[in-house]
Amino acid sequence: MINSREVIETNEMIDKENLDVRTITIGISLLDCGSSNLDELNENIYKKITSTAKDLDEVAGKIESQFGIPIVNRRISVTPVSIVGASACNKPEDFVTIAKTLDKAATEVGANLIGGYSALVGKDMTKAEEMLIKSIPMALTNTQRVCSSVNLGATTTGINMDAVRLMGQIILELADASKDRDSVDCMKLVVFCNAPDDNPFMAGAFHGVTEGDAVINVGVSGPGVVKTALESVRGESFEVLCETIKQTAFKVTRVGQLVAKEASRMLGIPFGIVDLSLAPTPAIGDSVADILCEMGLEYAGAPGTTAALALLNDQVKKGGVMASSYVGGLSGAFIPVSEDQGMIDAVKAGAITLEKLEAMTCVCSVGLDMIAIPGSTKATSISGIIADEMAIGMVNGKTTAVRIIPVIGKDVGESVEFGGLFGYAPIMPVNKFSCDDFINRTGSIPRPVHSFKN
Amino acid sequence: MERIIITVVGKDTVGIIAKVCTYLAEVKINVLDISQTIVSGYFNMMMIADRSSSDVDFGACQEALEKLGNEIGVQIRCQREEIFEMMHRI
Repeated sequence: MINSREVIETNEMIDKENLDVRTITIGISLLDCGSSNLDELNENIYKKITSTAKDLDEVAGKIESQFGIPIVNRRISVTPVSIVGASACNKPEDFVTIAKTLDKAATEVGANLIGGYSALVGKDMTKAEEMLIKSIPMALTNTQRVCSSVNLGATTTGINMDAVRLMGQIILELADASKDRDSVDCMKLVVFCNAPDDNPFMAGAFHGVTEGDAVINVGVSGPGVVKTALESVRGESFEVLCETIKQTAFKVTRVGQLVAKEASRMLGIPFGIVDLSLAPTPAIGDSVADILCEMGLEYAGAPGTTAALALLNDQVKKGGVMASSYVGGLSGAFIPVSEDQGMIDAVKAGAITLEKLEAMTCVCSVGLDMIAIPGSTKATSISGIIADEMAIGMVNGKTTAVRIIPVIGKDVGESVEFGGLFGYAPIMPVNKFSCDDFINRTGSIPRPVHSFKN
Repeated sequence: MERIIITVVGKDTVGIIAKVCTYLAEVKINVLDISQTIVSGYFNMMMIADRSSSDVDFGACQEALEKLGNEIGVQIRCQREEIFEMMHRI
């Protein structure tokens, strides 16, 4: 039988160390909503989402109270809208009507965010996909809860450099469209290489075409729990360090598995995956960077950071894999800047640069995340940053991503406030040298040689 | 069996367990195990109980215990056992 030490340990994790379930995300297929009539399509989408997810908020609330574990977000992901809307949309404005429908449906069922305003263009773009991408600035500035993602490459397809070039321009356009609010709408847009079909985290969640009608995916979190556990093993060997992370990750993930199974049962929707992520928030004691410091670094970004992060990421997976029957999504440590107080401190102290963050993305999920850069950055430079990140993902067979915010009207030395869980970020300098002639080439980068495994 | 874990944390005072048990008896929740420790100077009581014969809704039971806790000046929490089982047992 459970003893009081175990009960106290679990409840202290929740009360003092910010253990929570970061999100319950319902993936909903919109493939059966198809119509060549735009109004009918919108109506079908609204009905499908509001009927499938109608109990999401209530069920999440019940689970929170019965187990005593906070569930921070209730979210929805849908089939990439570029596919769903292809037969009905003739211009970017048509796609925007779907974004508004998604927004309305998410509000109706009490979902914090809805993802899937997406296009998968890893190899090439259809006309509909190009239209959707061009509609992103208009769609995201005219909605509150809609998130957008674009997959620009994969190990098995190479990198679509035409789309990379376009996304540099789109990100700047989106930044400009929300310049009166410090370009905050950019945080609702992410680009990927090797995007997973079952990711529950935003802004990149979409319901892949490999998925069923509806599915429950859960993202766990718990950087504070890992950090606290490591406080008790200061000065110990790597073996002890690794074991401690692994055991803690196991415990955290088990909570995710329990919540996912219970949500699945109560909603009558199949359980998909648990995403084993260490997702930080700006709250004190909920930081991935602080774990790196606890391991022995003065700041995240100091020499040794990439090794420490690689170790952390690997041990989180080793502990988590056994704790859940199906693991998926992004599964690893996240290193967003604005959402992690330790990371913000590292930027302020001059300990971490964009280039070091890029190196760190080689060994963790997911990529350059929530990074504010000067609004004067050229579109080609943004595309260059994206291309570099996509190349890391393509060559290493892993997911990488870029969620970057060029803050119009602001420069290095200033900072930007995103609010709530999104935190704030000091603006980071970008390498000033040009990559114009490289980015302006047309076509795509072919898939790498090690992808030919057949 | 529908096991729940009731925890009481706060300043030690006369009759805490009696009051909690009286309520549980009223709503037909059967107490299986009680343990008590002092952690960082605070009274810490854990109770394992079975609510399968109770006709009171889980949420209502939580609310009643929370209210009782406020009256005594302690924090009473009531959770389903699975969260602890999952975390601490393979």
